[in-house]
Amino acid sequence: MNNDQYLLAIETSCDETAVAIIKNERELVANVVASQIESHKRFGGVVPEIASRHHIEQITVTLEEALTEAGLTLDDMDAIGVTEGPGLVGALLVGVNAAKGLAFAKHKPLVGVHHIAGHIYASRLEKEFEFPLLALVVSGGHTELVLMKGHNDFEVIGETRDDAAGEAYDKVARLLRLPYPGGPEIDRLAAQGEAVIDFPRAWLEEDSYDFSFSGLKSAVINKLHNASQKGEEFKPEDVAASFQESVVDVLSTKTKKAATAYEVNQVVVAGGVAANKGLRQALTETFKDTDIDLLIPPLNLCTDNAAMIATAGAVAYKQGHRAAWDLNAHPGLDLEEYGKRGSL
Amino acid sequence: MNILAIDTSNYILGVAVIKNHEVVGEWVTNVKKNHSVRLMPAIDQMMRETETSPEELDQIAVAHGPGSFTGVRIGMATAKSMAFALDIPVVGISSLEVLARQGTFFDGLICPFFDARRGRVYTGLYDGDMNVVIEERNIDMEEWLEQVKEMQQPILFVSQDLASFRETIEGIMGEYAVFPSAAHQYARPSYLALSAMKTPASSTHALMPNYLRLPEAEQKWLKKQEK
Ligand SMILES: [Zn+2]
Repeated sequence: MNNDQYLLAIETSCDETAVAIIKNERELVANVVASQIESHKRFGGVVPEIASRHHIEQITVTLEEALTEAGLTLDDMDAIGVTEGPGLVGALLVGVNAAKGLAFAKHKPLVGVHHIAGHIYASRLEKEFEFPLLALVVSGGHTELVLMKGHNDFEVIGETRDDAAGEAYDKVARLLRLPYPGGPEIDRLAAQGEAVIDFPRAWLEEDSYDFSFSGLKSAVINKLHNASQKGEEFKPEDVAASFQESVVDVLSTKTKKAATAYEVNQVVVAGGVAANKGLRQALTETFKDTDIDLLIPPLNLCTDNAAMIATAGAVAYKQGHRAAWDLNAHPGLDLEEYGKRGSL
Repeated sequence: MNILAIDTSNYILGVAVIKNHEVVGEWVTNVKKNHSVRLMPAIDQMMRETETSPEELDQIAVAHGPGSFTGVRIGMATAKSMAFALDIPVVGISSLEVLARQGTFFDGLICPFFDARRGRVYTGLYDGDMNVVIEERNIDMEEWLEQVKEMQQPILFVSQDLASFRETIEGIMGEYAVFPSAAHQYARPSYLALSAMKTPASSTHALMPNYLRLPEAEQKWLKKQEK
């Protein structure tokens, strides 16, 4: 009698067509990501229609690769998981309908998964969660502090009031005429420069865990503009370093404050910006001498992937989440609401 | 030979089950409602009512476009993943060919079309035996009509978008224009299945939508390169 449990998950919320298979919630047995970054480069950002076209071209190829990598068949699966939202609707729809096709054909239960829950759960592939836990979610579309008192129990205690951190990175990267995607480019430049320019930090109200990055973006624009009017020029490396220091300072300070106030056991860093070296270093430094455990996923699990959807999906599956055949893509799916589905 | 046919490429949501050349079930709606939400429940119901289990299927047929980009992909994602899971062939058929079959008994040429906006249409020209007379394309409707008028033959115009083009068609085609009744203006998934039976299957991985149109971002990008 084999009691191992397998879940296959599909992720197509943005520009990666990904399929992964997870064993017993935390053991990754396949993780395939077909990236489209090259196709979007000449447009300076992800083009939703082009992303969707790639997904439909890649979907069954990626599925086959994942099953081959795991040495398993669909018959071995206990459930099929898929990113239901948030994300680009046309892109999500390819994954959602493909997942329904597989689940229907093979009589398997279907589980819809929240993309951000996935990003948070990516850390659980490395280390078991100890609640209460605080997640710092930083990506192109999100900057949030999420408190978790148990599995799939999400409370957003702070979020951005305007731009997400990743958005600010992209905008500043464009100002500095860096190639797409801009975030990693700024991170790379920042490592070579010095934070000589004093950019503002938006702390907001004393008791707030919210963020704001639009002012910082304007400050960068003004600084560059004023300098060029005077015929001066900042080294791009220094602009990048100064900008990054401001972002990272706010993120790590607020995370530390919230982690202390809520007496959490772990801090989990999640989302594409978690790949940022400057942020990883600053957070490591911040939590070094505390008894709070800092979890940052390896680089390949920070960017979009299906491994994170599979591990989050396995938890949702265990809690009784089941999607019906009318499952749709939900580009604006709410994290807290999603978590409540599991409390049977 | 058991076939499941799926068409979500346009307003029509069509599902049919064919067993040994017999159409045992066909479901068609012509409402502008979410195909993603309604397709799998429709398949589920059709399969249950015709007492067909997924394992009994020998082939999947899918309308591969042209049509709504998203609509085409909903059907294709479903068809491709089902074919992959069941390890059976999937056949993609032109959404225009499926529609043209509504004119099967018409003595003349058949012109199916879908509105592609801004005066343009996705269209092609077929004879009564479903041979392609003019390859499918994305073209300005008036330009297209001037072209097919040269055939000097009665042409049956089949489309769910007939109402918005009727005047233009009559204006250019005159007495060559023939219009079917409302019951013949919509693609039927049973015709899709019948077409699929005559078409060799491609590999599941290789089956791609036929959009007949580049993404807008790419059109703009190409235009910029020309300058
Ligand atoms: Zn993401």
